[in-house]
This record gives sequence, C-alpha cells and structure tokens, in this order.
Amino acid sequence: MSKVWHYGDDINTDMLFPGKYTYSCSTAEQILPHLLEDLDPGFATGVRPGDFLLAGKNFGCGSSREQPALGLKAAGVEAVVAKSYARIFYRAAVNQGLLLIESPEAVEAYKEGDEVRLDATAGTITVGGQSFSFPSLPEAILAIRNAGGLLPYARAKLRVRV
Amino acid sequence: MGKTFAEKILARKSGRDALRPGEIVTVRPDRLLSHDNTAAIVAKIAVDLVEFGPARKDMHVVVLDHVVPAATEKDAENHKAIRRYVQRYGVEHFFDVGTGVCHQVMVEKGLALPGDLIVGSDSHTCMYGALGAFATGIDRTEAAALILTGETWLKVPESIRIDLSGGLSPGVTAKDLILSLIGRLGADGANYQCVEFHGAAELSIDERLTVANMGIEMGAKAAAFEVDARTVEYLDSIGVRRDGYEPVWADSDAEYSRRMDFDLSTLGPVVAKPHTVDNVVSVEEVEGTPIDQCVLGTCTNGRASDFELAASILKGKQIASGTRLLLLPASREVLRRAIASGAIDALLAAGGTLLPTGCGPCLGAHQGVLAAGERCLSTSNRNFRGRMGCAKAEIFLASPATVAASAIHGRISDPRKEIK
Ligand code: SF4
Repeated sequence: MSKVWHYGDDINTDMLFPGKYTYSCSTAEQILPHLLEDLDPGFATGVRPGDFLLAGKNFGCGSSREQPALGLKAAGVEAVVAKSYARIFYRAAVNQGLLLIESPEAVEAYKEGDEVRLDATAGTITVGGQSFSFPSLPEAILAIRNAGGLLPYARAKLRVRV
Repeated sequence: MGKTFAEKILARKSGRDALRPGEIVTVRPDRLLSHDNTAAIVAKIAVDLVEFGPARKDMHVVVLDHVVPAATEKDAENHKAIRRYVQRYGVEHFFDVGTGVCHQVMVEKGLALPGDLIVGSDSHTCMYGALGAFATGIDRTEAAALILTGETWLKVPESIRIDLSGGLSPGVTAKDLILSLIGRLGADGANYQCVEFHGAAELSIDERLTVANMGIEMGAKAAAFEVDARTVEYLDSIGVRRDGYEPVWADSDAEYSRRMDFDLSTLGPVVAKPHTVDNVVSVEEVEGTPIDQCVLGTCTNGRASDFELAASILKGKQIASGTRLLLLPASREVLRRAIASGAIDALLAAGGTLLPTGCGPCLGAHQGVLAAGERCLSTSNRNFRGRMGCAKAEIFLASPATVAASAIHGRISDPRKEIK
C-alpha cells in the first residue's frame, strides 16, 4: 500500500528544501537526501514511488526554488493533495510534470491510516473509501504535462519553428 | 466595464484586446532575471543552447548577489560558470559580485520600467511593481525554457484593490504597513492575485519598493503602484528617458475580488514573530525580547533612506553589548549614498559591522548564519524556520527604525521612544 505523508498548513519551501542548499544542490540525486529535512527527517529515507503527500492550505509558499517540486517528482510521489497551493510552487510542479490536486474536502476527510488512491483519467481521488473529484487541467497546462514537462515542451516547439 | 492593471498589461503583452481573470495567455516578457542560480538554469539547456542559442540577448539580466563574494570553492566555481555563459552567449545585462542584490540592481539600472512585464527566477521579483511594472517570480525550469523560446504562459489573475489614506506617524514605516497588511490578509491572502495599491502619492519610491517587495509574502502574483510624479522623478534621476516607457494603470471602474481601505495614520510599529511572516503583533507585545543579532538591509529595507533612518536613531549611541548589528546595503550605489550622507559612519561608530553588498545572511548561506537558540531581528522579508541557516534559531521581522532602536537595548524596543 502506498504511504501517505500528512502535513499541515503553510508548508513553505524552506521546510520542503532548506535554502542553505539551493546553490549546491540542483540535480535529483543531490536534492533527494535533503527533501523535507527540516519538516520531517524521516521523509527522505522513507518515501517510495507511488506515495502521496497530503497537506493543508498554501502548500509550497515562500521561495521560488524548484527543488521541492523536482525532488517530489524524482522521489516518485504519485500526487500532492492539498487544500491550496502557493502559485510559484504550482507553476514549478507543472513544469516538472508533478501532479497537484487541489481538494480541501479530500484533505479534511483523511484520517491517519486511511488508504489514498488516485484515478487520474476519471479525475477522482479516494480517501479511506470516500471519493472526491477534481477538475481537469486547462489545455495550456495539459499540453505541458503531456509533453513530460516544460523543457521537452519548449524543445518540441523550437523544432517546429526551425 | 473597466480593466484592472493586470488585465491591461497582460492584454498589451499578449497582443490581445480584452482579457478576463482565469484566461491563460502566451507572453513575451521584457526581462528575465536570474542570479547565482543562473548556472543551474543554463545547465538544463546546455545542449539546446548550442543548437538554438538564446532567443534574445537583451532579455536576460544576470546579477551575482546571493553568495558574494564566494564563500566556498563550490560557490566560486558556480560564479565562474555563470561568467562563462554570459560571455559565450553575449548576455547584455550582467552585473558581477558587489553591484548589489538583483532586485535593487534591476531598479537602479533602469531595467524595470513602468508598463514592463518582468519575470525572474526569484520570488521577490514582485518588487518592481513599485514602478508600475507587472513583475512575478518563476522557477529555474521556466527560466531555462524562456532563455530558449523568449516566451511563457501566464494566467490572468484576479486583483485586490487596496486604498491607502492618511500618513505614517513618526517611527512608523512602510515596513509596518506591509507587515500589518500581511498580518491581516494572511500568508496566502492574496494567492494568485495582483494587489493594486491606490492612493499612495504620499509614499516615496523607496517605501513603495519595500511594500511591493513583500507582496509574495501574502502569496501575490504581483503587486503594483500607479506611476505618478514621484515615479517619473525617480526614473529621471537614474537617467531613464521619458519616452522609454509607457505606464499602465487600472480603470476606476475595474472589477476586484476584494477591496480594502487602509488608514496609514492608525498604524504603529509591528513585528512578525517566528516562523511565519503573517504572525504579526504590535511592537508592544514583544517589547523586551532579547536579541542576539540585528540585521539592517536586504532587498526589502537596504536602501539609503533605510540606513539614514537607522542612523538618525543610533547616532551618538552604542549598540548593547551581547548584540551584534549587521549592515547589509542593497547595492554599491546605496552604499555610496549612505557613506556620503554620513549614515554608514554613524552606524559603524555605534558598533555596526558592514557586510559586502548582496544577500548576506538573508538566505542563511554565509555571513551572519545563526546558532541554535539564537534570536535575530531583521529588516528582511522572511522569518521561516531555518531561513538564516539554523532550524533552531528564531527570526523576527521589523522595520529599520525598530531594528535600530532594538540594537541600542539588545531587546526588541519601540522606535517611537527613541525619536525626539
Ligand atoms: S536579499 Fe534576501 S530576499 Fe532579497 S533577493 Fe537576496 S536572499 Fe532574496
């Protein structure tokens, strides 16, 4: 069963990835050992592909550093489910191809030990047996996601132009 | 129906007639800013750059400011890689170590102008809204894609209108205004939105810069002020031609998601307690809290007027023993002005320590990192746990006046008591 990592409101980027490493760590291998270091020291060693991260409002606020989004994607986190997101983090996740689900109801419904399951095509997230639907992404964002992130998307565009 | 600042400027930059909030548009920003993170950005597209080259040579502004001068060999290698990129691809706007914090440099060098659309791979890019630009933060991957394509996508935000009235009392500053506002709205109170400040004629450009700088601390996509006589006067003073920019402002009947009135004369000095910026209380509530380190400066409050204000309080006095006072001018220009005015001398005589112009201890990478259990009172913009390099230290945020008054006593103090 995939594990659910559950945190509170206003989880900022310093908690997700300490600022002191921003100029020394930029690749997935460098980022992973420090992911969520000041928030949950057990996360970096415990996270497995397919896990979910649940959080309250304003997830990812603070600095524009992309290491949290890049790191969570590289760690194989299936999706982040939060009540709301800070906007730069939201963009960073789009750019990395990390799925963010905004569902205050799903977060509220979660109780310790509940199983979380995602059906991306149906646009539903199931928490402890209760199902919640989330809206599909706008077309412009979907195109980036389908290309595998912003850089592959930009490259494809440039190739067409040449 | 009228249009907001954001709707107008994004319509202009995307070549569209009319836009509504929620629409996604493709835009070509006037400027892209990056700093010490430039090498990491460029590394993502090293191969593509060889194949395609950068889309535009005049768009990218690179400023070395975060860990300057280099603290470790690794930092030095990073700076070296950035200089190599700048040279190889003919980046027109490059500012090396010591010029200043990127945001202050953008403003001083006339690279952030009224009516401009600016993106930067730094969250405090929103500061240029003080001059009537639409400016917002992006991440490194997006910056990399922008270097290649010269364009990106933006969602047209809803806007919040804030009407200012009255004037600030002595000892109360623009920092108290923006901290109070963040305290009221909350750290996500303006998430995804553009915050328009109306009725700001009384605020100086420096004060507007402090306010706009912290827009991101309430989640704002952008913060904006109307271009007025003071803006034009400032731009004249740095040598920007009047026909070199085209101001944009909201219509009087634009639609807002929220409106707020703010009477400046009712404000007192405030402090943001650890570990969130919206944890704002009046200075009286925390008066007497012992402080190990005071920081005066950063892109939020590191301008000449900030040092002059602090010097007016500390002149002829000594900082308390057991407290250290770090002076961090936002740019070389600022430092020169603060030297010429005598402010730096007064602050050094009082026991201050002058740091190189740049980000210094603000991000916890070097110069003034805190130890466990220590408490810092800073004029910077973030007090997150671990921000100054130690997760077991505490950061309080306040105005330059409050920091100066507190340095005298080694405890958080009310600046109004020091002003005669
Ligand atoms: S001074 Fe601080 S807030 Fe400003 S750009 Fe530097 S690190 Fe960021």
